[in-house]
Amino acid sequence: MKLSFVLREVWEGVRGNLSMVLSIVLVTFISLSFVAVTALLQIQISNLKTYWYDKAQIAVYLCSDFESDLICPTGAITEAQQVAVASQLKSSALAPYIAEYNFESQEDAYARLLDESGSLTAASYLNPEQLNATYWVSLQDPERAQLVVEAFQSQAGVASVADQRSYFDPIIGLLNGASLAAGGIATIMLFSAALLTTTTIRLSAFARRREIGIMRLVGASSASIQLPFILEGLLAALIGGGLAIALNVFVVENYLTDSLALELAFTNLVSTQEVLQVAPYVLGLGAILAVLASGISTFRHLRT
Amino acid sequence: MISLESVTKTYRGPGASALTEVHLQIARGEFVFLVGSSGSGKSSLLRLMLREERPDSGEIFVLGENLRTLPQRRVASYRRKLGVVFQDFRLLPNKTVYQNIAFALHVIGKSRAFIETSVPDVLRLVGLQDKSSSFPATLSGGQQQRVAIARALVNRPELLLADEPTGNLDPDNSREVMSLLSRINLNGTTIVMATHDRGIVDQMQRRVVEIQDGRVIRDAETASYREVPSGPLWISEDES
Repeated sequence: MKLSFVLREVWEGVRGNLSMVLSIVLVTFISLSFVAVTALLQIQISNLKTYWYDKAQIAVYLCSDFESDLICPTGAITEAQQVAVASQLKSSALAPYIAEYNFESQEDAYARLLDESGSLTAASYLNPEQLNATYWVSLQDPERAQLVVEAFQSQAGVASVADQRSYFDPIIGLLNGASLAAGGIATIMLFSAALLTTTTIRLSAFARRREIGIMRLVGASSASIQLPFILEGLLAALIGGGLAIALNVFVVENYLTDSLALELAFTNLVSTQEVLQVAPYVLGLGAILAVLASGISTFRHLRT
Repeated sequence: MISLESVTKTYRGPGASALTEVHLQIARGEFVFLVGSSGSGKSSLLRLMLREERPDSGEIFVLGENLRTLPQRRVASYRRKLGVVFQDFRLLPNKTVYQNIAFALHVIGKSRAFIETSVPDVLRLVGLQDKSSSFPATLSGGQQQRVAIARALVNRPELLLADEPTGNLDPDNSREVMSLLSRINLNGTTIVMATHDRGIVDQMQRRVVEIQDGRVIRDAETASYREVPSGPLWISEDES
């Protein structure tokens, strides 16, 4: 069968069945939008992790005179205790996990405080003795932070140990939850899109039953009888997928790149580039689904 | 050309017709009427020849193909070798006469050049060359059936199957269609036509295969619709 003829048949089918084809377009549009959102949220999460986890350190805060007795029963850290902490950092048990560490004395901490927050009035009430001397530890693998945290938590002379990664847990949890919700909606919507495609294609085949009957009689192959219907489903799904990509690009451009990213300049938000990276998979998913749904619905009805 | 050996076909359900132990040989170039009342099995026989169905038992060969064993994927190419017409014409109302005929060639992938020469040729054969851009609804029944015949013939089949082609036509239109079929047969196309139009069969005086309750009860050359059994049809026990 010639391509131009097949395309004309597809066009006839779409024209005679316009409202149903439109419904496939809309349902695939919405469902694939959610698929794209799910994928973009996952990319955002992994961006956040690689960007921030590399920078996140573990802070081992040493006891000062101002800690409560519950935390530091012996008062400010003694020299012996500090030697013990330092040698623990160098020990063969922990060294493989630690990329580097540096010591920040109370004076250094005070200098940094003035540097970062000097304009705040609270800073003028503080003095170096109230701050904690700190070991800042960078890890080889941020995922193994817990191991290092636990090693110092109960060490004598250590006030507290903080994993900076934990500051990101709420936002990552939020993004994960949103991604899960979008994925759930996407799954249900994709399922209904598939069902709608099968029904629509069946209706379209019913509307053209005369043509199909003649095609069978004059010896058109099953494949060439099915092809226009499969193309009809595919066309609708691809238009829906295209709209989904366009919507995602629009949202990312207008609400992330042009506004949120300017306010949150310190982080890297997903951009149009990521949407376009996701696009082939989204379109592919829509295409596979449409071909399967329309193929299955025509297989039984249109065979010679 | 067509050979049926002990073909049996049964259908489930009440009132369904069936064929029992049918033997039939049809040679190239013949014009054969299948006659019998409604439900006698004429249409079942045509459906088997079209490979719309397979027999339960027996062998059926048409145009060199064994239809009982013909695999599904080769059915389409088998059907390209024959033409079919029906009582209800089965034309597409939204296509012109020309487009209706061209459709049959488009869907089997014929080239534009082939279509552009074959369609006018076959329209001349059926005498409708000046109706090529008319829509079916504007034509008489006889003309519509001639379009259907043109569509069946456009791919130059060796065999034409016709299921009650005059069933919806008045006598004038029927005569018009029958003279066309005779002419097509003279050109060498084998024709198998199911009918219960007594007038046509009697007038044409061709081979008649009569079917009743799924069995061939008469097979006679140059015959009429009904024949009083006489002479050779009476075979006594002593002679056999």
